[in-house]
Amino acid sequence: MTKIGYFPGCSLNGTAKEYDLSLQAIARFADVELVELADWNCCGATAAHSLNSTLAVALPARNLAIAESMGFDEILVPCAACYSRLAQSRHEIKSDEKYRTKIPQLIEMDIKGTANPITVLDFINKYVLGKLKDNLSNKLNAKFACYYGCLLTRPEHLSTIERREDPLVMEQIVQLVGGMAIDWAFKVECCGAGLSVVRTDIIGKLCAKILDDANSRGADAIVVACPMCHSNLDMRRNEINKNLASANTLPIIYITQLLGLALGIEPNKLGFDKHFVSTGKFLHKLQKQTMEV
Amino acid sequence: METKSKIEPLAQPLKEKILNEINEQVMKCYQCGKCAAGCPLSGEMDYTPNQILRLLQIGDTSCDDEVLRSYGIWLCLTCDTCHSRCPQEVDFPHIMDFLRSESIKRRKVHPKAKEIIAFHRSFLECIEKTGRLHEVGLIASYKLKTFNLLQDVDLAPKMFAKGKLEIFPHRIKGKEAIARIFEKAIKEADND
Amino acid sequence: MARIGVFVCHCGENISSTVDCAKVAEIASNYPGVVYSIDYKYMCSDPGQNLIKEAIQKHKLTGVVVAACSPRMHEPTFRKATAEAGINPYLCEMANLREHCSWVHFREDSTTEKAAELVRVLVEKVKHNEELYPIKVPITKTALVIGGGIGGIQAALDIANSGHKVIMVEKNPSIGGKMAQLSETFPTLDCSQCILTPRMVEVAQHPNITLYTYAEVESVDGFIGNFKVTIRQKAKSVDHKACTGCGLCIEKCPIKKIPDEFNAGLGNRAAIYVPFPQAVPNKPVIDRNNCTYFLKGKCGLCNKVCPADAIHYEQEDEFIKVDVGAIVAATGFDIKHSDFLPEYGYGKYPDVIDGLQFERLASASGPTLGVLKRPSDGKEPESVVFIACAGSRDPAKGIPYCSKICCMYTAKHAMLFKHKNHHGNATVFYMDIRAGGKMYDEFVRRAIEEDDVNYIRGRVSRIYEKNGKLIVCGVDTLLNSRSVEIEADLVVLATAAVANSDSEELAQKLHISYDQYHFFSEAHPKLRPVETNTAGIMLAGACQAPKDIPDTVSQASGTAAKVVALFSQDELTREPLIAYVNNNTCVGCFLCQSVCPYLAIEKEEIRRRDGTLVKTVAKINPGLCQGCGTCVALCRSKSIDIHGYTNRQIYAEVSALFNRREYAGV
Repeated sequence: MTKIGYFPGCSLNGTAKEYDLSLQAIARFADVELVELADWNCCGATAAHSLNSTLAVALPARNLAIAESMGFDEILVPCAACYSRLAQSRHEIKSDEKYRTKIPQLIEMDIKGTANPITVLDFINKYVLGKLKDNLSNKLNAKFACYYGCLLTRPEHLSTIERREDPLVMEQIVQLVGGMAIDWAFKVECCGAGLSVVRTDIIGKLCAKILDDANSRGADAIVVACPMCHSNLDMRRNEINKNLASANTLPIIYITQLLGLALGIEPNKLGFDKHFVSTGKFLHKLQKQTMEV
Repeated sequence: METKSKIEPLAQPLKEKILNEINEQVMKCYQCGKCAAGCPLSGEMDYTPNQILRLLQIGDTSCDDEVLRSYGIWLCLTCDTCHSRCPQEVDFPHIMDFLRSESIKRRKVHPKAKEIIAFHRSFLECIEKTGRLHEVGLIASYKLKTFNLLQDVDLAPKMFAKGKLEIFPHRIKGKEAIARIFEKAIKEADND
Repeated sequence: MARIGVFVCHCGENISSTVDCAKVAEIASNYPGVVYSIDYKYMCSDPGQNLIKEAIQKHKLTGVVVAACSPRMHEPTFRKATAEAGINPYLCEMANLREHCSWVHFREDSTTEKAAELVRVLVEKVKHNEELYPIKVPITKTALVIGGGIGGIQAALDIANSGHKVIMVEKNPSIGGKMAQLSETFPTLDCSQCILTPRMVEVAQHPNITLYTYAEVESVDGFIGNFKVTIRQKAKSVDHKACTGCGLCIEKCPIKKIPDEFNAGLGNRAAIYVPFPQAVPNKPVIDRNNCTYFLKGKCGLCNKVCPADAIHYEQEDEFIKVDVGAIVAATGFDIKHSDFLPEYGYGKYPDVIDGLQFERLASASGPTLGVLKRPSDGKEPESVVFIACAGSRDPAKGIPYCSKICCMYTAKHAMLFKHKNHHGNATVFYMDIRAGGKMYDEFVRRAIEEDDVNYIRGRVSRIYEKNGKLIVCGVDTLLNSRSVEIEADLVVLATAAVANSDSEELAQKLHISYDQYHFFSEAHPKLRPVETNTAGIMLAGACQAPKDIPDTVSQASGTAAKVVALFSQDELTREPLIAYVNNNTCVGCFLCQSVCPYLAIEKEEIRRRDGTLVKTVAKINPGLCQGCGTCVALCRSKSIDIHGYTNRQIYAEVSALFNRREYAGV
């Protein structure tokens, strides 16, 4: 069994429990043990880099150092925002002499930058897809709008995704599980991210455009790979719908939940009951169409 | 009345500071406006990204002052759309981070941005104390700072019911180490 | 025994204000070998030159040192004077007292001392100077013009009309180039083909021009006046002498869906084709990559229907060797396509097109016969957005330069659209309007003022498609950077002009230099704009940098004048300051050959009278050698030297500096 470092981040412990559940489920399927970094801390998120640049490098660095001390050269970081902070921190330490000397003093640990953060899409591509083909139990006969948001594709020096303006990585995964990935125009637009609490009105406006475009092109669900995108599109749905002529009910599904369904895992074990926007109708439709197949 | 201010006089234009400290050249911007055209929030900003860069390019005290007092710098989501499409490869989000910390340091924060900063501060305080984010603690602290007492009251019960809220924070074992990181990082920022 | 004369010039006050010239002359008179020494206010003036001439004759001088300005300035003057006095001009040397001494130092004793030292060094050199004679090289009075666009056509006609032979090589089946694809031309809106096609016919019919179409330059050897060029005549599979151009083969060809290059991919052509109705020559070629006969060995329909029996499948590429005296590179440019800009759709929206495609849509000879129809559904667009600087002035995309032609053709495109659809909306997104040129700015103003084209200053961030419309997201930077979203039916990108993909390969064949963007480099950006650094090879048009038609034609005529000037002489005279080999000591290692940047070193076999080979040694081609000295530095047996800068001369100069003696008062 392969073991890799796992940095769930604060969201997967709280608001994004379904992401953690479904990710653990597909990791078990792929025979990969996700070893949680011992005593990890918050990456600092937008708050740290908005207010204090040193903190923004140091907080993620402590986690990188923990991973190194545990002997991991790969850390799965399912949250795109945490990924961005960890990867940026590693980038700064490796490329900037100033941080290379300063950071070990701050975190009171050695750090070389040998542990490489990877996104959930990297993880799926590397560990899951190869085993998927022979184990598919459901063909997910529905239309999906794959949503990347900002931090999976930008900035360029941290992203592993090609075709930044029109990435196709998630689309390929959707097609592998029998779904249809629609071509749409808002897959790399921003959802409003960290302004969720303070300027919920902005989240409403930005997410409304995203949901509206997916809806108008016939999507049955939006697939995401980031808990920030998910909570804005899902939890903030009432605020979003204020900006739309008619209420939008598109469910927001994690890519890991999608894979879980394709592998025949029970929706409840994938956390489908934890969504704010009901996934019932979508699951029902899937089930019906799967039966028809 | 201001007596002993920590605010330093503008010894050098911000653009020079930006060049020296974070190695970004605001002079590269040729005002094509592609950043503003792609920015999800330029419509909400008092100054769009290219306008901020223009003010920085002029480099006199009053323009620098306008930048540091602007609301726009606090709205930037660091989505990197501007940077990824900029023909001149100006890393504007990087510059925005610098401007925000400079704005706080020189006490020029836009009044409307105080809530955003309060949120960031509550967030960091939470991490400083426990090592991780604790939503209940964060929201409580933010509400106390801003008196937005009704913020998101409708969400909390639902989140709780779905098992997405913990009443008590998880305190990591290394929380003293985290506190020391904060202490050193803040001291360093003050010395700049 | 050497008898050297030293002539110290004051250069008005240029030298004498910091150097005591009389003192320099006095000191020089004590140098060994110097028999005459004098200073004078203007040595380059007639009286000054006479001073030198008289001294040479009177004192029977064997060498002359003129201590004055830079040899770049007056070496020819003084060498001419020396020759007029009856001795070999290469026995005259110059000490540069102005640029190397008086201009860069203050007036003090050490400045005069340095001047005297500079003179002494040259005195030591000139003692070893030899009599040299200019090299004469014959000239083949035929020019090769590579590229049959408007640049090549203009250059070829100008040279041919001056009475010289021209060989034109064009890689496509027809000449005409980019200009043949354009609909109208700025700033007059006259029809491009109407003014171009008569020139194309003139080229084909000119008695002095030999035209090779569907041909490429295979290799180039030789040097100015004496190039040896091999042309690859690609197999046309059609005998153009027999072909009458009736077009029956094209009509019957079953393969008809090949994207048409001439129509920028917007139309289709057959596998046997003439690129466009006005093509020169107006006879078809077979595109073997798409022809069923060549791919599968069957079909042969064209052969069956040809009444002239002109189809020759068995034809092979032919190699034609020609001798030419000058070469004009006029290979033009290319444009980036719309898939170059991911934020504008990775080329996935058929209605986001490039400028050349718009030209074809607007052209009466185009795929839509001049009716503007968008590619996706053939609808006539009501709203068209034009985006200038699409990839130009964009260091992030690797193209920091301005493509120069886009501002004007974008204004033209917007006008053409408005002329075809008076009620339509034309929007131009721009950064700056660069309309320098005769009647150019007036043209752009006309688009804005008379044709109501909406110019918005701002760069578009992205384009996406929604409900059959293209949503163009930009801002108006003149209106507080307010966001602007336009629903367009058609978007035209003024994509960057770039060098041809094979320009680097051609530059290497020609041994000419090119810039980092693969445009060919001119010899001097201001004063030698049509020549390259390789003597005898000139440039015309956009292969040097993006250019519009007027600039291309001007440069082509300039280049033609250079070629004609070269051909006005029967022989080429060159300075003899080139390398030469000592056959006795050369061991034939040919290290020199491997480093010579001008490919000037050949092999020479030394044979006895009975014909047996003694050895093979290096031989310098005097036409090619530029006297750079790289071979001298590398020669292990010290068998190569350079006339005028021999090792002996240089050593004499250096040792003079080391063996300093006191000469009167210094």
